[in-house]
Amino acid sequence: MRFLAREDFPQLLTALQQAGYTCIAPQIRDHNLVYDELTEVAQLPINYQDQQAPGYYRLSENGQQRYFAWANSSEAVKPMTFASREILWKVKRDETGKLAFEEVLPEPKPLAVIGVKACDLAALHLQDQHFAFNTYGDRYYNLRRRPLIFIAVDCSHPAETCFCASTGDGPDARSGFDIALTELDDGFLVRTKSKIGKNIAAQLPLRDPTTIQLSQAEKQQQQAIESQQRQLPSRHLKGALFDNLDHPHWKEIGERCLACGNCTSVCPTCFCHNEVEDAQLDGSESAHYRQWDSCFTLRHSYMHSIVLRKDIHLRYRQWLTHKLGSWHDQYGRSGCVGCGRCITWCPVGIDITEEAQAICGGVQS
Amino acid sequence: MSHMIPSHHTVDENAYLPMEAEIVERVQESDTIFTMQLRLTDPKQHEAYTYQPGQFNMLYLYGVGEVAISIVSDPEHEELLTHTINRVGRVTRGISQLEAGQKIGIRGPYGRGWPLREAEGQDVIIVSGGLGCAPTISVINHIIRRRERFGHLTIVQKVKHVDEFIWPERFERWKTIPDTTVLVASTKGSVNWHWDVSPRIQVLDKVKVWSERTIVMICGPEGMMQSATKHLTELGVPESSVYFSMERNMQCAVGHCGHCQFGDLFICKDGPVFSYPEIKHLLGTEGF
Repeated sequence: MRFLAREDFPQLLTALQQAGYTCIAPQIRDHNLVYDELTEVAQLPINYQDQQAPGYYRLSENGQQRYFAWANSSEAVKPMTFASREILWKVKRDETGKLAFEEVLPEPKPLAVIGVKACDLAALHLQDQHFAFNTYGDRYYNLRRRPLIFIAVDCSHPAETCFCASTGDGPDARSGFDIALTELDDGFLVRTKSKIGKNIAAQLPLRDPTTIQLSQAEKQQQQAIESQQRQLPSRHLKGALFDNLDHPHWKEIGERCLACGNCTSVCPTCFCHNEVEDAQLDGSESAHYRQWDSCFTLRHSYMHSIVLRKDIHLRYRQWLTHKLGSWHDQYGRSGCVGCGRCITWCPVGIDITEEAQAICGGVQS
Repeated sequence: MSHMIPSHHTVDENAYLPMEAEIVERVQESDTIFTMQLRLTDPKQHEAYTYQPGQFNMLYLYGVGEVAISIVSDPEHEELLTHTINRVGRVTRGISQLEAGQKIGIRGPYGRGWPLREAEGQDVIIVSGGLGCAPTISVINHIIRRRERFGHLTIVQKVKHVDEFIWPERFERWKTIPDTTVLVASTKGSVNWHWDVSPRIQVLDKVKVWSERTIVMICGPEGMMQSATKHLTELGVPESSVYFSMERNMQCAVGHCGHCQFGDLFICKDGPVFSYPEIKHLLGTEGF
């Protein structure tokens, strides 16, 4: 563990840029934080903190000169590796009717993602399991994933909607990063994981942290854990959910849920997507895309003129039983990392922790 | 999940990219059902293309999209790849209008097929409903061509209307093969219908189970598959010897797009063929 003074933070950007990386970090746009290219420290959301509640997100000044004193925004790392819409291939048809298929691959540049939180790194690991380390490797995902490095920041200011401590994914970054920072008032504690991270850190004016700084970090982490009021009833709810498929509470949720799909769009682990076709009007060429889909749409369960989940409560049940239940069988753990986005961005404020409690209540952790 | 390991694609293969195929022959089987015989236009791709009964391909109609269709042909005895398709949706309606000589896209094969190795030495009962018979044709052909390796073969085909019954000459031919029982029934009969007329799957009452060494392969509507399983397990077939071919919305066919999930299973890559104990916990549950 080393220490980087706040005034030396720009040197981190310089070192990353010199190593060939474009730096990106969350910046304020449209009253939200979105990842964008970072060329100078002033672009960071300095002095801003997010207030989150069911169906509520606001950014406001908090009087601190910190860069990362916020929990998260609607955007996770997911769009960087699993694009919301991307071309897979093109096909040309000549006058004889011959079809020529041509793969179209992404050509991403090396990116250093700065400010990523533990919940989003945990989610990225789940996406890796689904797209990269599965029976079939996903070439598009892998090409986008490989040139990314991550400068994580331990979450010091969880939002009211956060529950990463209960899922075991935060607030501190434990894996999946190249460099991890703990932000203190006067600077950053720095730890490195990868060879790239170590090489970058070696170029920074680091010094040993003082015992005061170390104890500040510890206290800050403890506060971040204790400030989280929400939690899931258990980390393993598969049995409780599938034993309660007929619970009356599903229908009660179905009456509130608008099936808008906001939760699945902001969820950093949701992976469903459609394949869609975009044909040229003159008939000479057609492009095949994939784009994010949601299990809250009717067409998600469409099968030759039958829709399996006509009722909204069945779609919510599909989402929750998958996310907190069958995900365990698929990938060895729950598909929820406790980021709380589905609660914040739900227009009617449906709260996954409350709904899971209502359905699985009484389950022992 | 031991009975057939799906082909493992390496990271560098692009499982999403179709190959071009030519429609060599096209046969109209009924008002809505048609069969296409295909050859991959690249001879090397055609040569390298192998598959197992019960697997499926994604067929691509230019400018419209893809659809998952099971393979009917026998990989070891037929040079061309055969698909029998019911015209029900946008893509199948478009493909139904194509003629011999025209081109489509194809990628596959995908999924886990029928448990043919386990079936060797056992009596085999094949039950299909409606166009469910298409995925079972390849397994019937497989068994008939290697008849000595299997015990008694019972083929049951149930349709609602006689119009749905395709390939009558095949069923007539199978009837003449030794140690083979063929049972065909329609809910509604008609003047020229000489097979059974019986409601639901009453035709199964005529199926004989001689021993526990019996394997059942079923394809058709899920309700029908469940009733058939109940009936046959009561006759002594172990639940673990009953196999289903399942269907769901499939778009990627490689376990990524999420549409075909059935609880924890991805029908496209874990199936589409499952043993009954693998799926019975959710079978018939509304919404799955």
